Amino acid sequence: MFNTNEVLETINMVEREHLDIRTVTMGISLLPCIGGTAEKTAENVYDHICKKAENIVKVTGDLSREYGIPIVNKRVSVTPASIICAPFANKSYLIGKALNDAAKAVGVDFLGGYSALVHKGTSDYETEFIKSIPEVLATTERLCSSVNVGSSKSGINMDAVRLMGEIIKQTAQKTATQGGFGCAKLVVFCNAVEDNPFMAGAFHGVGESGTVINVGVSGPGVVQHAIESIPEANLSDLAEMIKRTAFKITRAGQLIATEAAKRLNAEFGIVDLSLAPTPARGDSVAAILEEMGLESVGTHGTTACLAMLNDAVKKGGVMASSRVGGLSGAFIPVSEDIGMIEAAERGKLCIDKLEAMTAVCSVGLDMIAVPGDTSASTISAIIADEAAIGMINNKTTAVRIIPAPDKKVGDEVNFGGLLGRAPVMPVHGEGAEKFIARGGLIPAPIHSNKN
Amino acid sequence: MRAVLTVVGKDKTGIIAKVSGFLAERKVNILDISQTILSDYFAMIMLVDLSDAKTELAVLADECAEMGKKIGMSIHVQHEAIFNAMHSV
Repeated sequence: MFNTNEVLETINMVEREHLDIRTVTMGISLLPCIGGTAEKTAENVYDHICKKAENIVKVTGDLSREYGIPIVNKRVSVTPASIICAPFANKSYLIGKALNDAAKAVGVDFLGGYSALVHKGTSDYETEFIKSIPEVLATTERLCSSVNVGSSKSGINMDAVRLMGEIIKQTAQKTATQGGFGCAKLVVFCNAVEDNPFMAGAFHGVGESGTVINVGVSGPGVVQHAIESIPEANLSDLAEMIKRTAFKITRAGQLIATEAAKRLNAEFGIVDLSLAPTPARGDSVAAILEEMGLESVGTHGTTACLAMLNDAVKKGGVMASSRVGGLSGAFIPVSEDIGMIEAAERGKLCIDKLEAMTAVCSVGLDMIAVPGDTSASTISAIIADEAAIGMINNKTTAVRIIPAPDKKVGDEVNFGGLLGRAPVMPVHGEGAEKFIARGGLIPAPIHSNKN
Repeated sequence: MRAVLTVVGKDKTGIIAKVSGFLAERKVNILDISQTILSDYFAMIMLVDLSDAKTELAVLADECAEMGKKIGMSIHVQHEAIFNAMHSV
């Protein structure tokens, strides 16, 4: 028989502390869909996704009820579309539309993989594909896009970095009536991972098998509650507590992942244990850092707290799952975390501090709104800084930034739902235009030479 | 298949009778029960077997939650695997 406290602890985690399976993401290879023409390929893509992901909503709904744990999002990730669009890059938008239609048909809220991997160089067809991103994101609702511009092994493709600054500006302009919402669906990566279940950066790597289930688990509230329960503990004990909590959360994810894979005739891929906040109170990574003893997230000490949190989460997660992957760590999306939003509004959290935080957590500058008149080259320079952190530290970094049209510092953009609201944050006024205009490749660091 | 049924709420007369009657109607077998009162709050945990049950686990979970609302208690039915997974190595 079960221990009463353990049973009630699980129920409390779900009912009061926002424990949930954040996403069950089906990764689908689109390589079998390549046809002779763009039109035929688009048709194949639509049919293939509809067939593979047909039951994802039903199965996740059943699992949620049987195990008594909410599964918040059901999603699909696909092979980077630039690969299958290569022979007809000027018609990439047709594939984008097919992907969006398929997402609607199977009932998933986001589909990721309108992506290109250009970390070492950009082919003509990839440039053409990337140029289609603003229009495609403006004319679809559920499609997410990402571009990998650098890696620890190859360096940083600064031509792609320059291009992405312009693409982000165009995407914001084309979705100006929605506050630049298109940019919330566009991520620029360094060291992108091929099995990430979280949006907007999910895509299905070419090294993956045909159909895979990756699960993202969350639970900032559970971790916060665990820390609250030992207010006088030293940091070693705190790290232990976080590890134990992360273990329990990940085990729930592992169970759902294996069961979902079985029922959906897919392979079990990975469990991504990421503390992914939502704008709901009690579901905040900032609140965890403040619970550790900071007066406000963003102040001195924030980076150290986040480093410990991120590492403890990973250690607990690794022990709990047969395969941990994705990003696994703590997310710090400003607009999606009530603690981050409020700190930014109070002027206590700035982009420079967030950049430092990204050196020790699992992602990057995420869901940050900047003034609408921020230049493309400044955005490229922000991307270059993040990519450099990722490249040198052998970790994934990303930029999801919204130059909110017609907004200035002090204004706010509200996307609603899980994407939350973002206070417009200041950027440095001094440009980096000449640096960005140079183009070329920032060579890979010496420690990448491991062969 | 076995599931864990939990009933939590303010203590009152007849909770076990109602819940066990409800389960019997659906041919859900009770394997074990433990019950405690924590400062006026009633907490009962049942291990149940659904091998002969007339309803699927997901449906039973919905029905029990609904029945719980009627009697003012919070009732969950969950596959036992979730507790094994989270609380044992």
